[in-house]
Amino acid sequence: MSDSTSTASGVIAEVHHEHPSYQRHHFETVDQQFDATNFAMWLFLLTEIMFFGGLFTAYMIMRNWYYPAFVEGSHQLNVGWGTANTAVLILSSFTMAMSVWSAEMRKKGMLILFLSLTWILGLAFLGIKSIEYHEKWVKHHVPGLHWSESSFLNPASDPEVYKEYHDKPLAPDMAQKTAEYFFLYFAMTGMHALHMIIGISLLTFMIFRARQGAYTTGHVTYVENFGLYWHFVDIVWIFLFPLLYLISRY
Amino acid sequence: MSAATIVSLPDQSTATIPKMNFLSKENGLLSWLLTGDHKRIATLYLISITFFFFIGGSLAGLIRLELLTPQTSLMAADTYNKVFTMHGVIMVFLFLVPSVPATIGNFVIPLMVGARDLALPKINLLSWYLYVIAGVMVIYTMAAGGVDTGWTFTSPLSTHYLNTHVISTGLAIFVAGFSSIFTGLNFIVTIHKMRAPGMTWFRLPLFVWSNYAASILMVLGTPVLAITLVLVVLERTVHIGVFDPAYGGDPILFQHLFWFYSHPAVYIMILPGMGVISEVVSTFSRKRVFGYTAVAFSSVAIAVFGFFVWAHHMFIMGISNYAALVFSLLTMLVAVPSAIKIFNWAFTLYKGSITFETPMLYAFGFMGLFTIGGMTGVFLGSTGTDIHLTETYFIVAHFHFVMVGGMLMAFLSGIHFWWPKWTGRMYPEKISQFAAVVTFIGFNFTFFPQFILGTLGMPRRYAAYPPEFQALNVFSTAGATILGVGYLLPILYLTWSLKYGEIAGNNPWQATGLEWQTQSPPLTENFPEIPIVDHEAYDYEWLERQQEKEVASVG
Amino acid sequence: MDHISPVLWQFLQKWLTHFALFPPEASKIAPEMDALYFFMVLVSLVGLTLVVLLIVGFSILYSKTRHPHAVQIEGSTVLEATWTIIPLGLFLIMFVWGALLYFRIYTPPANAMNIYVVGKQWMWKVEHPGGQHEINALHVPTGRPVQLTLISQDVFHSFSIPAFRVKREAIPGRYTTVWFEATTPGTYHLFCTQYCGTNHSQMIGDVVVMTPDDFRKWLDSSTSGNSLAQDGERLFASLSCIACHNTRPDARGPSLANVYNSRLTLSTGETITADDAYLRQAILNPSQHITQGYAPIMPTYQGQVSEEGVIALVEYIKNLDSDYRVQQTLNTTDLVPETEGGKAATPGKAPAPQKEVKP
Repeated sequence: MSDSTSTASGVIAEVHHEHPSYQRHHFETVDQQFDATNFAMWLFLLTEIMFFGGLFTAYMIMRNWYYPAFVEGSHQLNVGWGTANTAVLILSSFTMAMSVWSAEMRKKGMLILFLSLTWILGLAFLGIKSIEYHEKWVKHHVPGLHWSESSFLNPASDPEVYKEYHDKPLAPDMAQKTAEYFFLYFAMTGMHALHMIIGISLLTFMIFRARQGAYTTGHVTYVENFGLYWHFVDIVWIFLFPLLYLISRY
Repeated sequence: MSAATIVSLPDQSTATIPKMNFLSKENGLLSWLLTGDHKRIATLYLISITFFFFIGGSLAGLIRLELLTPQTSLMAADTYNKVFTMHGVIMVFLFLVPSVPATIGNFVIPLMVGARDLALPKINLLSWYLYVIAGVMVIYTMAAGGVDTGWTFTSPLSTHYLNTHVISTGLAIFVAGFSSIFTGLNFIVTIHKMRAPGMTWFRLPLFVWSNYAASILMVLGTPVLAITLVLVVLERTVHIGVFDPAYGGDPILFQHLFWFYSHPAVYIMILPGMGVISEVVSTFSRKRVFGYTAVAFSSVAIAVFGFFVWAHHMFIMGISNYAALVFSLLTMLVAVPSAIKIFNWAFTLYKGSITFETPMLYAFGFMGLFTIGGMTGVFLGSTGTDIHLTETYFIVAHFHFVMVGGMLMAFLSGIHFWWPKWTGRMYPEKISQFAAVVTFIGFNFTFFPQFILGTLGMPRRYAAYPPEFQALNVFSTAGATILGVGYLLPILYLTWSLKYGEIAGNNPWQATGLEWQTQSPPLTENFPEIPIVDHEAYDYEWLERQQEKEVASVG
Repeated sequence: MDHISPVLWQFLQKWLTHFALFPPEASKIAPEMDALYFFMVLVSLVGLTLVVLLIVGFSILYSKTRHPHAVQIEGSTVLEATWTIIPLGLFLIMFVWGALLYFRIYTPPANAMNIYVVGKQWMWKVEHPGGQHEINALHVPTGRPVQLTLISQDVFHSFSIPAFRVKREAIPGRYTTVWFEATTPGTYHLFCTQYCGTNHSQMIGDVVVMTPDDFRKWLDSSTSGNSLAQDGERLFASLSCIACHNTRPDARGPSLANVYNSRLTLSTGETITADDAYLRQAILNPSQHITQGYAPIMPTYQGQVSEEGVIALVEYIKNLDSDYRVQQTLNTTDLVPETEGGKAATPGKAPAPQKEVKP
């Protein structure tokens, strides 16, 4: 509750606010601050949905037009790594939720533990992604930069993948369309990875601040809102995984 | 113009600007560059967008100069292409989109809802920095040789067939887009969560409703532009992408994604201007806006419908006839709320007590010119006439009528209206009324002939044209010269007024609205104590009672 | 007349004869579109007058000096309904009227004479089926519906004939069509109206409308010697299309006689009409357009044939009503050796149906 008086000339008498130190002065109550920032984060996530939406739209159209190319393109992705990444992210959402709980329960040690675990899992995700990207580079599946269609014109030339899927050779014009698949693969997972990198950077900052006790005095807003962001990035992956990796499996 | 005026200023021999205000609170560059105060950020925005307005305006001057002759006499065709592209990019993204929201909106919305600041002051500052970064990137592009895709970045021209600075411009607009998203986000949260006690939704001034509707568009539409630009930049870098038919991509996909934002963008641009008009027309007729609820809901209706009409920019591009039918019908629907507003404003004048200060003159200009601009939009929304009129100067005239005759006039109206609140000083009335009239005349001479040129078939974005179009083009350029004078004058006299303008006092217009119940310029924290609202918007009877109380207590 | 200086009189004359608010009406649809346009101008003028009268009228009647005390009025549901319903009604009239025009312009009649247009930076290439090739010009007869089939070789262009009130985008990657029927002989502007780069403003030309007799004379004098279909026939052989699309029992591709506008079942099970768009796609992206019963072995010709080449091939196939000449070509050349039987298509495939050879 703010408590101020004003004299006739409009000068404010010095006031003594009884509010927590982390309440910003333009908010009347801590609740209002939490409410407003939480709402803001949900709105921001709505913009992110619209942002990724453009990519998903392009994907849906291209997949509808060039289904055989998308199927064979997706066979080039390692479902094992993809599943591992999915598990890593789901686990990291759990550790993130535990971080929020720890902050609310004001348990600093647990908070730091769970934030650190989330951080490690995030890095693990990026690590697995780099392994996958490297493999794509080596196999010449990077459109425009390092590209060859031979795996699709002649699937038998790629024994690992051929053993599993026994793909038929694609006609040249359809093989060319696998470039669209990989363009979208890199654009979508790349954009997702960029969001992961931002998240991990923020996590680094948060671990540092958590050690200073910033989030265990009742000011859980930051952790809670970041948790929303992290869960969102996880959910995007939950959509990307089946759409990119599991095309012919469902 | 009648000598009657509602201006009520304090006694100039004793009045002073209040010592404690947001401008004097702290000094030094850092106090401005690291501020969280929405009013300071609004001031920073005002300076930046004015700067870019004049760059964009100079480019317009170059366009009109070139079009004096049928041949490309002043500059090479490539240069002309760059000039109109930069003009469009700067005017749309660096001027029109942020104009009213980021300057007037930032300044006035917390005051109007009775809050001390926007919900997220740091995000507000970030929004300004993103704007500046975008601006610097655009200047870099211009210095490095410019870009000539047209502001619409049509692919595959922009992705594969040009070797100008598409990537830096695309990234600049990407950054500017986030500036816009953060502004809109801030407004929505503030309006939802930070209204003063008693300030219910239907007691909000209509300016707040309009900005709220525009903010929804900013938040939901701009990200789609952002991802589209990312895809264009990617495609340019790796030479393969989803927009190139040679690899199975679809150039029409780009059109859909681009216009999905760019159509709501035009409503982002006009809605805040409409909010200004509501405030001004009410104040200078001393009356509540006629049909408050209708005007409030029409803002939201424009925002909602605005999302469903984008393909009316694509009627001749090979979309199916049936798709064209649907989008044409929806376009007709979205035209109706704007008509409702115009009539409501006109009827606000009925049985009012009208004076003709500068903001009101600009508001009248808006109402007339926006009516023409809006009606010509219907010409284009009807598929049959669109075939003939699209991609010609008819389109150019249409959007300049709504954007310049509409939005820019509303912006100037708002700047003059809130100038006393912002700076504590009045602008000089006579010269500003003169400037308003000059602008109106210049505008009509510049852009009305372009309707005729368009009907005759003159295509847009042409550096050279058949000689029979010259007379109208000369006419248009003559008008542009007058228009330029009209826009220069405010810069001069508004700057002059900072030092020599009359002291305004709290409420020179005797307006309702919480911003007018506090000092000019306002305190950093806006109000000594948060007001409790117990009256409706535009309650002039409440205002009268307040004034009687004040008189009684001072005497 | 003596009072007006000769210079001024000349200027006035020139100005009056050249001053126009509308382009000439040179097609059948032009007056109809102008009628809708006039209606819209009228409605706009009435609307604008109404708004201006309200503003000016109220400003005079209720200026502060005349009406010092404002009367607070909340609103009026009746008025709101009026100025919602009347504009909506007028806009819907314009919607329906415009939609009818739009459907007319973009639905070519079946008996329309077809002309192909290829847009490229920065010129228009017009291809008449009889083998007349024009650059930045289009000759058409009066009194006959003319359909334009447009495509771009590079970026978006837009083919605009203001005098006809028609305009259509030329898109890279697919055909678009528009039609008109010219009514008045003369020369009219042709513009590219979609910004396409450096010389966008130079991508202009003339549409020359002639009486049917003059047009016939022009056709005879401008032909390059081969009709488009004949060019297509040569391409068909030189690109080895004939190797599969013939009437041999072991032919690996379907015979193309009479395939144009027929209903085809594709290997995906879909049934489509083999129109211009299908034919073009079948040449450039064959694997998605395989006729049912045939193996997906047709190579793509993307990059090997220009848009004009594709047009020639399409025109050839459109006019192909018998395999007689295909058969003759096979019999008299070495284009496809007899003993290619080893490479027959997958077993179980039905052999190509034997076509009646018309003498």
